[in-house]
Amino acid sequence: MEHIRTPKVEQVKLLDRFSNKSVTGTLHLTATHLIFVESNSASAQEIWILHHHIASVEKLSLTTSGCPLLIQCRNFRLVHFVIPRERDCHDIYSSLLRLLRPVSYDELYAFSYNPKQNDQQREEGWQLIDLAAEFERMGVPCDQWQMTDVNREYKVCKTYPRDLYVPITASKPIIVGSSKFRSKGRFPVLTYFYQEKKAAVCRCSQPLSGFSARCLEDEHMLQAISKANHNSRYIYVMDTRPKLNALANRAAGKGYENEDNYSNIRFQFVGIENIHVMRGSLQKLLEVVGTRSLSMPDYLVGLENSGWLRHIKAIMDAAIFLAKAVTVEGASVLVHCSDGWDRTAQVCALGSLLMDPNYRTIKGFMVLIEKDWISFGHKFADRCDQLYIDPKEVSPIFTQFLECVWQLTEQFPQAFEFSEWFLIQIHEHIHSCQFGNFLGNNQRQREDLQLKERTYSLWAHLLNEKQLYLNPLYSPSFAESHPVLEPSTQAYHFKFWRNMYHQYDRSMHPRQSILKQVLTLKESNRELEATVQALKTKLQKFGVSTSPLKPKTPPTERSLPPRPRSLILGAPLLSRKEVQQEEDEEVFGEEALEDPPASTGGERTVEGSSATENGYGDLPGSFGPKNEPTVVTLEFGVARMTC
Amino acid sequence: MELSEHIKTANVEDVTLRRPFHPALRGTLCVTSHHLLFSDRKDEDSWQLLILLRNIDATEKSVENLFGYPRAVGSSGTITIKCKDLLVLQLEIPGMEECLNIASSIEALSALESVTEMYPFFHRPSHLTLHGPWGLSSTEKYYKQTERLWDRWRVSTVNSDYSVCPSYPHAVIVPREVDDEKLVQSARFRQGGRFPVLSYCHHRNGMVIMRSSQPLTGANRKRCKEDELLLQAVIDGSVLGYIIDLRSTQQAQQARMTGGGFESKSCYSHWKRIHRHHERGKVLQESLIKLVEACSDPSHSVDRWLSKLENSKWLSHVHSALSTAGLVVECVERDGHSVLVHGSEGTDSTLVVSSLAQLILHPASRTLTGFLGLLERDWIQAGHPFQQRCAHSAYSHARLKQECPSFLLLLDCVWQVWRQFPLALEFSEALLLRLAQEVYASNYGTFLCNNEQERCAAGVKENTHCLFQSLLSPDIEEQYLNPLYEPTDLAIWPSVHPQSLQLWTGLFLRWTEYAQNMEEAREEVWSIVKKHRERAGPDRTNNTPSTHCDTLTPFENLMDELTIL
Repeated sequence: MEHIRTPKVEQVKLLDRFSNKSVTGTLHLTATHLIFVESNSASAQEIWILHHHIASVEKLSLTTSGCPLLIQCRNFRLVHFVIPRERDCHDIYSSLLRLLRPVSYDELYAFSYNPKQNDQQREEGWQLIDLAAEFERMGVPCDQWQMTDVNREYKVCKTYPRDLYVPITASKPIIVGSSKFRSKGRFPVLTYFYQEKKAAVCRCSQPLSGFSARCLEDEHMLQAISKANHNSRYIYVMDTRPKLNALANRAAGKGYENEDNYSNIRFQFVGIENIHVMRGSLQKLLEVVGTRSLSMPDYLVGLENSGWLRHIKAIMDAAIFLAKAVTVEGASVLVHCSDGWDRTAQVCALGSLLMDPNYRTIKGFMVLIEKDWISFGHKFADRCDQLYIDPKEVSPIFTQFLECVWQLTEQFPQAFEFSEWFLIQIHEHIHSCQFGNFLGNNQRQREDLQLKERTYSLWAHLLNEKQLYLNPLYSPSFAESHPVLEPSTQAYHFKFWRNMYHQYDRSMHPRQSILKQVLTLKESNRELEATVQALKTKLQKFGVSTSPLKPKTPPTERSLPPRPRSLILGAPLLSRKEVQQEEDEEVFGEEALEDPPASTGGERTVEGSSATENGYGDLPGSFGPKNEPTVVTLEFGVARMTC
Repeated sequence: MELSEHIKTANVEDVTLRRPFHPALRGTLCVTSHHLLFSDRKDEDSWQLLILLRNIDATEKSVENLFGYPRAVGSSGTITIKCKDLLVLQLEIPGMEECLNIASSIEALSALESVTEMYPFFHRPSHLTLHGPWGLSSTEKYYKQTERLWDRWRVSTVNSDYSVCPSYPHAVIVPREVDDEKLVQSARFRQGGRFPVLSYCHHRNGMVIMRSSQPLTGANRKRCKEDELLLQAVIDGSVLGYIIDLRSTQQAQQARMTGGGFESKSCYSHWKRIHRHHERGKVLQESLIKLVEACSDPSHSVDRWLSKLENSKWLSHVHSALSTAGLVVECVERDGHSVLVHGSEGTDSTLVVSSLAQLILHPASRTLTGFLGLLERDWIQAGHPFQQRCAHSAYSHARLKQECPSFLLLLDCVWQVWRQFPLALEFSEALLLRLAQEVYASNYGTFLCNNEQERCAAGVKENTHCLFQSLLSPDIEEQYLNPLYEPTDLAIWPSVHPQSLQLWTGLFLRWTEYAQNMEEAREEVWSIVKKHRERAGPDRTNNTPSTHCDTLTPFENLMDELTIL
């Protein structure tokens, strides 16, 4: 609070990024948000920007109308304010500069954020995802794989989780020996087990082989992984780096596995570029698409020159290679890059997603992120710049993963339970620091920070709002007929993800959404069905036979559920809880309420606890007592600005 | 020469057919005067492929054993057939001679010049009868439906014998106060006699979209009093009208050297001229060829693909067509001025822009019937030379003459509008795809010939069936309907940011695996909608409240970057 010198500035102009339009309003600066409220009451839009989302603030040179302030956000929002008085502008500017660079974890929003839940609810939120149960689902431990407690105290590898799964035959000395031969001690461990063929996906970091060093324990370790799979005589070792990078690492005493030293391995480079290249590529991409009155040729040439889609394809290619090796050849695969927490995470996670329909559901996708990204130590704090430590460590690695998944949803519209808004919402929160999940760089650090005691879990929040993220075309039978996705990697399938990189540029989006419409229809279908069911039960109570009547009598006449005015493209905000409840009461009296049809009952809980819905009604006028900032990011971020 | 004389080998057994993403099939191949028929001749579920020869754009043959003994065992040939709907097939034909015969028959029969020899004149499905009503819309019908016109406009039949303008229909709508004599004079002053006629009258404010060809001012700045009077009568009392010239200023200047030109400020004082460059003719055709080539090479890297896509310029053409249409709409709807659209001939980009503007402005033209009626009035009757423009498509090696995919460009633009307003159009992507196919090769007479005069001479109406009427027949109509249609009264301004436009994968990647997943997803949408209709009862579906109108408030609905004033 002490950093805020001017909490409120009036008559601020907000310029549209791509046109000459502007709106006037009031700018508020709070401890956590920068808020712009349009003064025109008819269309009063509010923009809430979390300080953690701000990547940079720039004060441009003074103009006749005032002092321009350019704010760039990590969720690709760009706002351009013009503040009438230079002094105010400077105050806001310097406050923001301080606020957007928190110096310690304690300053992060997650530690002050309170969604009004009690401790038990918070605990339940953290227990939603259970990785041990996930490994059990895969069929581990089994006769070939076991859990090891070697890293219980984070002594062998500081960046790995406590519980790790290794082959039965890998003894402790082998593990410890192998870890000494691997960069950052990240020795080969199991991340996904393909039960059908008993093939394993393992991950590690690069070996410290230099030009000629070898390590018997590490060789044993790979041997053990190979032996654990009887289906295949060999294992693949995927080095996800370009060969040149791996060669260069040899000079620094690191490098890659020498096929002569390891028996029965098939070594493969797949050529995904490093974090610095990816950072530069995204920067170029954003520069191009941020250009005003961009011409079509400049857009396409810029897209090509940024190389972004090329990198996306490289990751996808690697994941497909992995999935094929496991599902078709039944071979186990060991994946690594340099440290084994960026490219390795991308490839392992995406590969598992291709192989296992479970990861294509909402809950499953959370598990996947929790497993391959959070627990195995993707450095979220550094990559997402949570504490503003080293700009060279920042890189959109996780964003790329989300984009790969999006590209898949485009190719397989029926394969995923979630829509792109789920991905975008997750992306919002890797930067928001509003929930504890993505804070810090690894599990050990998270335990030190006592995140589970002091912060809330994003997954619980997202599950509460599940309705918003559903893909109405999802078909579980598609998963049965296509357990393994085989995406095409032809160049024309890789498209620019407009809704991600232009989420807040409303002029660019379709004005109507198929997704939203179909979701509404589906929802209404379900309600009608429920009404029929309820009427049936009621009839039965009166002893009337329902069979001849059921198809003929339509349920009581009702208009279509009112569609909320929200413009979120993907998901309708379900504000019809009250409507329905009232009606239930009218039509069925108390009996119906006592014994509600299962589907409605379950769904109502979800709706009822959805904070979004409650927060929506008082949107236009009252911004003061905004007690649900959780909602705000979604509401004012996605909902108000998208369309 | 009888058509059958082209056929030297009518039947070949044991032919292998290869299609993309399908297993190879063996069967029998037949060539008839108008079709290529392949059948796998299984007793049950026999599978047949029937291709209109007209649909074949190019054939490539490779024969093995060319210098060996004829009829030697094992001699065979391969014919690659590239269709105008972008499908590519391969036929392996045993016997070198048979292969060559078939290839030459295909080549001869797919390039028939005479209209009356084409298949529509022979297509006689049992459920349709000739001599019924033909077509959906006409100048007179449009006039009758549009009450706003009755006061100041009239239907002129000055062109009833097609002597004033050979490419116009027999009836056109012109200002009431301009008599036929003046029209004749104005026609002499316009290229090809295409004097300014009404294309659309806006239902909200009575402003109109006119179209014409360029004025023939020539190097010495000729004038035509009658033409000036005609345009003056168009804007009547109001102060200003816009002329959207679909050429760059420079091109328009250059056109004067060859007798063409533009409306100068001094002579047409109440009209403001805006130039927007649009490619036409050969450039557009080459753009299509490059795009299709880029799409059909699966080995491209992402970079190469993007550079080829850019290089084809197709999306740039889509972009400029949509932005100019948006500009017209802005003039008519927002600023309340009438507009005259023309390029040089007024038969290509002029029609693209004027019909797109109507689609954006006019709710009625977004229905299935309305859209087909629009195409009929603004393309077929307005004299877009379909026969010349669609003689060949993207695969042909023939030297380009008059080919130009203007109509395809229109369909692509309509598709882009649908992408952005998926609920606002009553018809579906399937309709656009069907039209894209029919315009190049059809069982129906709708797209035959270059203008109404030629169609009359060839007796198209008497001897062929009408495509549009058959599309509306109840049993097939549904597949062309948009399940999510919710009519909206407002103009639907599409965004023309390059990021908002996309490659029309449904058309250009039609024959890839990808299309199948999309098809399944579409079916899923239909089944959800049907379920809903079933549950909600029939009376609900007929008057579904237009719940999306709220998202289309005029405030949000303005196009952002167009600025003309």
